[in-house]
Amino acid sequence: MGEFKVHRVRFFNYVPSGIRCVAYNNQSNRLAVSRTDGTVEIYNLSANYFQEKFFPGHESRATEALCWAKGQRLFSAGLNGEIIEYDLQALNIKYSMDAFGGPIWSMAASPSGSQLLIGCEDGSVKLFQINPDKIQFERNFDRQKSRILSLSWHPSGTHIAAGSIDYISVFDVNSGSTIHKMLVDRQYMGVSKRKCIIWGVAFLSDGTVISVDSAGKVQFWDSATGTLVKTHLVANADVQSIAVSDQEDSFVVGTAEGTVFHFQLVSVTSNSSEKQWVRTKPFQHHTHDVRTVAHSPTALISGGTDTHLVIRPLMEKVEVKNYDAALRKITFPHRRLISCSKKRQLLLFQFSHHLDLWRLGSTVATGKHGDTLPLSKDADHLLHLKTKGPENIICSCVSPCGSWIAYSTASRFFLCRLNYDRVHPKVSKMPAFLRSAVQILFSEDSTKLFVASNQGSLHIIRLLEGSFKHLHTFQAQSGTVESMCLLAVSPDGNWLAASGTSAGVHVYNVKRLKLHCTVPAYNFPVTALAIAPKTNNLVIAHSDQQIFEYSIPDKQYTEWSRTIQKQGFHYLWLQRDTPITHISFHPKRPMHILLHDAYMFCIIDKSLPLPNDKTLLYNPLPPTNESDVIRRRTAHAFKISKRYKPLLFMDLLDERTLVAVERPLDDIIAQLPPPIKKKKFGT
Amino acid sequence: FSSRCRYLFCVSGDFVKVYSTATEECVHVLQGHRNLVTGLQLNPHNHLQLYSCSFDGTIKLWDYLDGILIKTFTVGQKLHALYTHARAEDSVFVTIKKEKPDVFQLVSVRLPRSPRQDAEAEEPCLVLGYISPSPKCVAFGSQGDYVAAVRDFYLSVYFFKKKATSRFTLSSSGNRKHAKNNFTCVVCHPKEDCIATGHKDGKIRLWRGFDDEKKYTYTCLHWHHDLVMDLAFSATGEGGSLLSGGRESVLVEWRDAAEKTKEFLPRLGATIEHISVSPAGDLLCTSHSDNKITIIHRNLEASAVIQGLVRDSSILTGLMIDPRTKALVLNGKPGHLQFYSLQSDKQLYNLDIVQQEYINDYGLVQIELTKAAFGCFGAWLATVEQRQEKEGELELQMKLWTYNKKTQGFVLNTKVSMPHEDRITALCFCNAEKSESPTLVTASRDGRFKVWVLADDSDIYREAVGWTCDFVGSYHKYQATNCCFSEDGSLLAVSFEETVTIWESETWELRCTFCQRAGHVRHLCFGRLTCSKYLLGATENGTLCCWNLLSCALEWSTKLNITVMEPDPRSENVAAVSRSSGGSDLFVFKPSEPRPLYVQRNICSEEVRWGVFVPRDVPDAFTSEALQWLNRSQFYFLTASQSLLTFSSKSPEEKLTPTSKQLLAEESLPTTPFYFILGRHRQQRGEQTDGASESELVQLPLTENVPAISELLHTPAHVLPSTAFLCSMFVNSLLLATEARSAEEMPDDVDMEEEKESDSSEEEDAVTEKVQPADHADVGDDLQQLSQLSKCEEKELRKLRRVDYSWVTAP
Repeated sequence: MGEFKVHRVRFFNYVPSGIRCVAYNNQSNRLAVSRTDGTVEIYNLSANYFQEKFFPGHESRATEALCWAKGQRLFSAGLNGEIIEYDLQALNIKYSMDAFGGPIWSMAASPSGSQLLIGCEDGSVKLFQINPDKIQFERNFDRQKSRILSLSWHPSGTHIAAGSIDYISVFDVNSGSTIHKMLVDRQYMGVSKRKCIIWGVAFLSDGTVISVDSAGKVQFWDSATGTLVKTHLVANADVQSIAVSDQEDSFVVGTAEGTVFHFQLVSVTSNSSEKQWVRTKPFQHHTHDVRTVAHSPTALISGGTDTHLVIRPLMEKVEVKNYDAALRKITFPHRRLISCSKKRQLLLFQFSHHLDLWRLGSTVATGKHGDTLPLSKDADHLLHLKTKGPENIICSCVSPCGSWIAYSTASRFFLCRLNYDRVHPKVSKMPAFLRSAVQILFSEDSTKLFVASNQGSLHIIRLLEGSFKHLHTFQAQSGTVESMCLLAVSPDGNWLAASGTSAGVHVYNVKRLKLHCTVPAYNFPVTALAIAPKTNNLVIAHSDQQIFEYSIPDKQYTEWSRTIQKQGFHYLWLQRDTPITHISFHPKRPMHILLHDAYMFCIIDKSLPLPNDKTLLYNPLPPTNESDVIRRRTAHAFKISKRYKPLLFMDLLDERTLVAVERPLDDIIAQLPPPIKKKKFGT
Repeated sequence: FSSRCRYLFCVSGDFVKVYSTATEECVHVLQGHRNLVTGLQLNPHNHLQLYSCSFDGTIKLWDYLDGILIKTFTVGQKLHALYTHARAEDSVFVTIKKEKPDVFQLVSVRLPRSPRQDAEAEEPCLVLGYISPSPKCVAFGSQGDYVAAVRDFYLSVYFFKKKATSRFTLSSSGNRKHAKNNFTCVVCHPKEDCIATGHKDGKIRLWRGFDDEKKYTYTCLHWHHDLVMDLAFSATGEGGSLLSGGRESVLVEWRDAAEKTKEFLPRLGATIEHISVSPAGDLLCTSHSDNKITIIHRNLEASAVIQGLVRDSSILTGLMIDPRTKALVLNGKPGHLQFYSLQSDKQLYNLDIVQQEYINDYGLVQIELTKAAFGCFGAWLATVEQRQEKEGELELQMKLWTYNKKTQGFVLNTKVSMPHEDRITALCFCNAEKSESPTLVTASRDGRFKVWVLADDSDIYREAVGWTCDFVGSYHKYQATNCCFSEDGSLLAVSFEETVTIWESETWELRCTFCQRAGHVRHLCFGRLTCSKYLLGATENGTLCCWNLLSCALEWSTKLNITVMEPDPRSENVAAVSRSSGGSDLFVFKPSEPRPLYVQRNICSEEVRWGVFVPRDVPDAFTSEALQWLNRSQFYFLTASQSLLTFSSKSPEEKLTPTSKQLLAEESLPTTPFYFILGRHRQQRGEQTDGASESELVQLPLTENVPAISELLHTPAHVLPSTAFLCSMFVNSLLLATEARSAEEMPDDVDMEEEKESDSSEEEDAVTEKVQPADHADVGDDLQQLSQLSKCEEKELRKLRRVDYSWVTAP
């Protein structure tokens, strides 16, 4: 495996923004997640919970509601009063439309998926018709006194329930008039609280309305008579979200204490048909408010202020008890936020509204294996680059030589040149030439810039001293507008590999400026790409933890790749739950592939035999006390180190130096607002 | 479990006791089993009958109203638990042990319908294997469709219709988080398909949908921090409520089985062992590890307590007799002193000495009540409490309590913190009649003894008396081990390790010392009456010495390894218990003679810890030479296993009869499974005509029974005649009782006969039951006792009269 000096970087104080809403789409098994900064992410639950796509946030666009409509269309609404539809192919916003009702607090698509309902600050409930190209306002319902915080359709589409402050209204969809107004008790543990906010409602097909409110109650109402049927007091704080399963036999609520409660419909006795709702299991996976929950057929999904997305499978609904049935906790984005300039030992950190450039520290000391070396020179914060405007940064990159920085927001692409003559580098901005980019990459010698724009096209730009020239644009394949999310360039600069969200990997010849070949498409999305030096083998990691090696010159999979596909990966390897986010190579050891996910760093030595299911996959330390024979026998191709976690980035700076960027979860929690204090027994 | 109940059933060793829930009196004792009774169930087809099973392999059917054994079924194996169900026609379920150790099975036994009294039960058929022997670990479902049993980490549910068992397993001790997942008890919801299980880590799980092995689900309720001892469902209310109890001695009620709607009944005194609910749900009942049953109303208010002798882990204070009540006084609950009436086998009251909330948890060093002594004929009580967590960190407190005549209880007078620097080894009052001020002596391991006297502590705000230290004495810095006052209070003997010193109590001068070089002095006492010139000392090395105080010389000594030495307050006799290899021997002797009056070898096989002479109210006349020492008082002693034994005077042939066997049996109550079972509901009061209540009135003066009067008081006002009429009659009858006691006895018997003939309401029946034993005892008594009795009756009646007047004036 070899020994490395490791720069252990912990000064990347990145804090993901809190999750505001999640929306689950049953047909495509995809999950849309919106964060408080307006970012919307799409997770593919069938592809090992991989974050496939994302839409960058916007300062003024605080998303309050998210929903899927017919034909895999995703809508969001927020406090700026606009309804936004996203283009899932081109990864941009299709259009936004003002609803003219003030801030929008809630949105719900009709069961058929053809109508969209929004609840506004001014107490109006507006119905929109979803047309193939746009949405169209249809009519207003009876105006309520205060803001509509939650909406739910009856599964037949004839009635809706709307949760407001202190009461729940039931509307008839055809007439648009209020049928019932159900007043909620303000009492909270014996004390009258100011207001009782209905954070969520759910309308069941038998006419029951379930409401969750700020007094910690889960209440069951009969919508036919407008009466309260049953109350469950579940929390001392707000209950903020509710989601019902499609079968309506279970639902889930999330509370501000970070607890998620599961309710199930259970028959009272085994032989009677009478059923009752019973609170069954509490789950405490969050430390902060659970702002939103979703109920997929097999799992409970919750997200909240503590930035985790938790997917908790329901054991009784899972047929096969494999690793897929385990609890998932997704904290970090599955894309690269860090780029590194090897020559100047620079790290570029991408935040939502600024970029930070750091020079790594250095040491003169030497030490044994496992020693922590003292720094002779501290890490240096060179540059703090702020974006103008409210939009979030989509992607960024620093050139290997360190003199160029490129980044892009949703509306503009920026290229800067850095001058290191003085203590603080001077930034000179290049004129804008592109609208926006999804992915940016510099070639190894920093003479070319590759930009994937969100219309599916790839731009090649030649960089000269202080100027640039647009060289070529590869247009998207005919008929598709899919954006390329991942780029890789060969070290000699001849080959460029690009991958979209679903289709295969395209390899372009940069010299001849044409498409060289396309790697056969695989079922699972690509999570990382890299081209090896010299051999020009393209290494592709997929979200199901499969790794392929494809020889670009030969236009076929390499022998090693075929072997490993034949033999299969170790079962523990396939059970890893975070995708491989980066692949790199050792310049001197062509047989090595370096890759990492959030919780491990691995070097694959292609010369060694592959592990089978019986061998130990994780070998924490090389057994030094064993004889050479045993060592050789037990050695296998996968050398794994779990020492650095959670690992956001790891790359080889030179032959003997690695840089690892960690982001400890405790540091993130420390930067979040304090959670609700709960008395812990025994303290 | 108990019901629309008038009666409460409880297993007490080999017996079943029937208590009345209203009066807490033991109404019947059902005797007949030859071994520990393990299970009790009402006959589901006849609510007046009760099944019981025992380790002796029989199931007995009782009529508990009359206390008659109806039938005996022999099963032939040790029965660990008994269950019945209305659905199961004439068969019961019992837990038996398989050949292999630790494997228990639930079997159903068909009980033959034969008119004979003894019957052989048919061959049992297996229902469920591998269960726990504890009766708490099996429960029958609401309609008798299924039975749930738990053991270790398994919950097994057997469905009678499907004849199938489904088993649910909790993750076991493998990982640390679930290390204490063991099941402790199980109950089934009376209406719904819901099983509640209690766990070792204090969680309660409510299982639902368990008819499908895959779709089952459970809810977790967690309040207890230690294991859940017992659970019960109460049928009242819409959803019913779940009751749970554990070592926290708090009864928790979970309304609608929801986490947020729980209610507590705290400070029940000791670990809750069992909980039972009457079928109608209006009464709850908890039994505790300290030999107590608490009856609780629906609104979580404790209504009555049936308290036996509290078993403490260590009786440090020893046995004492309260001079006032003649009650036995010893350590009760932690930090409490209990006053236990030997005559009525009841706890009179409990004095909280430490006055701190008792936190029940492992690993905590509690404050222990180590010493107590009565002085001045019960006017003063001195107690010592200590807490020692580490060597050198001793917390010591001496409290002096005065008897308050108004409240009839002890009131704290003086609190002395750290009276000595080390543990107090002995505490004694000067009990001389002539002494003008009460004197207390404490001896401690710090080498000193201190004399405390009552002094005036008045200030401008109030007149008060308090205790202050009067004299500190020491002898060569030896540890003081014991102290004792002579009968007239003129001399104080304090032993310092091997030496005994005699001090003049007037001047606190050292008069003389005795040294025997035979080990540390363990016990020390002066002789009494004619033998008051002698001082007795027992040493650790097994020597008993007797010194003559007049000649200051050793009178005699003998080799005897004495563990307990106790002087009789009424005579010059001294009882000594010595430990020998075979058991404990009792010697009774007079200090003046080295020859024992009476020797009883092997009184019990265990070590005797404490002993006490209880003065008799009436001296018994024993003609036999050997038993004359028992004439004036009875000797009680407490063994290492905490059984209280006595020498009986009634059967001189046997010498030692377990008169307190009943007591013994009750002490084993916490360890045996027991059940209260439904009693009979009070007859509808509306039926009671005025005539009935009048006939009750006629009875009242005859019965002289507090419960009877209280029954009258319980009768609703609207069915009673006018209060004026009632009152005058009532008072008259009471006055009559005090004047002519003997005249009453005749009408009493007549009245009883009348009642039997009339066979009127059951109310009356119950009354006669109570009357009977009392009357017979009265008749049998001699004159002297009668006068004595009537004296105390007078007092009682006076009290009652007071009560009665207040009742009259209230409306």
